[in-house]
Amino acid sequence: MLLLAFDTATPSVTVALHDGDAVVAEESAVDGRRHGEILAVFIDKVLRSAGAGREDLTAIAVGTGPGPYTGLRAGLVTARVLASALAIRIDGVCSLDVIAAAACAEAARTEAAPTEAARTEAARTEAAPTEAPPTGHGGTDFLVATDARRREVYWARYCAAGQRTDGPQVSRPADLPRGLPVAGHAALMYPELSDRPLNPAFPAAAQLAAISAARLSRGEPAHPAVPLYLRRPDAREPGKPKRVTP
Amino acid sequence: MTGPLVLGIETSCDETGVGLVRGHELLADAVASSVEEHARFGGVVPEVASRAHLEAMVPTVGRALDAAGVRLADVDAIAVTAGPGLAGALLVGVSAAKAYAIATGKPLYGVNHLAAHVAVDQLEHGALPAPAVALLVSGGHSSLLLVPDVAAEVVPLGATIDDAAGEAFDKVARVLGLPFPGGPHIDRAAAAGDRDLIAFPRGKYRDGSYDFSFSGLKTAVARFVEAREAAGEPVPVADVAACFQEAVADVLTRKAVAACRAHGIEHLVIGGGVAANSRLRALAQERCAAAGLQLRVPRPGLCTDNGAMVAALGAELVARGAVASGLDFAADSSLPVTTVTAA
Repeated sequence: MLLLAFDTATPSVTVALHDGDAVVAEESAVDGRRHGEILAVFIDKVLRSAGAGREDLTAIAVGTGPGPYTGLRAGLVTARVLASALAIRIDGVCSLDVIAAAACAEAARTEAAPTEAARTEAARTEAAPTEAPPTGHGGTDFLVATDARRREVYWARYCAAGQRTDGPQVSRPADLPRGLPVAGHAALMYPELSDRPLNPAFPAAAQLAAISAARLSRGEPAHPAVPLYLRRPDAREPGKPKRVTP
Repeated sequence: MTGPLVLGIETSCDETGVGLVRGHELLADAVASSVEEHARFGGVVPEVASRAHLEAMVPTVGRALDAAGVRLADVDAIAVTAGPGLAGALLVGVSAAKAYAIATGKPLYGVNHLAAHVAVDQLEHGALPAPAVALLVSGGHSSLLLVPDVAAEVVPLGATIDDAAGEAFDKVARVLGLPFPGGPHIDRAAAAGDRDLIAFPRGKYRDGSYDFSFSGLKTAVARFVEAREAAGEPVPVADVAACFQEAVADVLTRKAVAACRAHGIEHLVIGGGVAANSRLRALAQERCAAAGLQLRVPRPGLCTDNGAMVAALGAELVARGAVASGLDFAADSSLPVTTVTAA
């Protein structure tokens, strides 16, 4: 099998190819305003670097957000078009779950070899703060929070094992549960969210691919590739036209 | 069966348009519109339009392929509106087109929405004479263009300095209590009105430029309506609609004909949603005939935003051996009219 995974729900555009056993190619860049320019180029790039053609693809996995709408849609429409044009499976994965899975994997590694793992992860994750090395979620519940703009965050709560127990939802930072470690870049934007920020800041397509590949190998049906907008469009019905006569 | 088979995708505003064209032959033109979702807001809500594009994209491409009786694998190239238009809406179409290009391995052309409105005429009236003058009037644009070569060179002569013509129709419709979008409703109401009854102002009528202004006209209509209401008199909706429409058609056609004369050009093409207006079409016909000009106006379904126009321009580019856009071009909400293909 050859699974193409990507996520555009955060400022990071991330693309990976997974052959069922491991990730065989990966491209990521943090550039929140250029999803539409970067994504297709990265897809082309990972296919080339793996020496694969479009006809070799057997499944698509896409991050469904929540995330700022315009970038999120670039990923979803790309996934839907590729899946329909190539007549292959399409699987939607909540982008916060991708960050949570990475945070759990990170915690497991940290417990084994804290300093080295923290160093490697900090080096691997471009936007991670170098001054505050992650310490793992310490076997407790944790949150994942990403930027929802308008001074709000998208977030969800996870148990120590990484299962989502609440959310995703969109809230003001002040309204999130306190005292829990927080993964995701909103923890860096709003330091008041937690004194225990966790890696990673952004979802990685490699993790997304692993989640979807695991679903496939368990024989699970694909999840719908439907965007998690969590907000209605801003639009107000107009009143009467403004008078122009003084 | 001559010429390249091109799939065209248009998402610059509220229509998800997918067209299939072979050379100058229209094979399919599928459109999914979100206009009903915008009606209660009195105008297009960009986020509503963008969400609708995502949901409509794959099904609309499927409908177009079915209608044309071709498979995606038969397509020789893909064309998409790169701009101008609503940024979020454009990005859905551009991302989709890039994905189709990856899935088919075929070249991709990001094209200018305005040039596509001109190129679509080739599907109805054959090869476009060069040079031509084009008048593009819609809810988002009011432009007068000199078109030496629709696939390579488009020169702006003038444009609206405030509201687009279609925007003026929408705003006047609201003042008259008519639904959104205003164009068809005003056209219908005007049929029963006297277009010479009220002399509404013609902005920039004699200034010698090829620019337009519709903001003053819209305000004049509102003042007229408010004066009637203040006097406790009924508003003569049909007459106001007819006189407003006459003012718009008068200034548009006057300047278009003047541009043809000034540049010694015999062919005028009119496109865009407002080109579906019956009075604009009739007056343009009358004035072109009087000036000895050939008028080319596509049927109304091809004047409004659609994918066939994008495919038509794409087919022209492929036929000329134009360089494809690649996968890294950006959707550009303010793509200049002089940029026919995005690089």
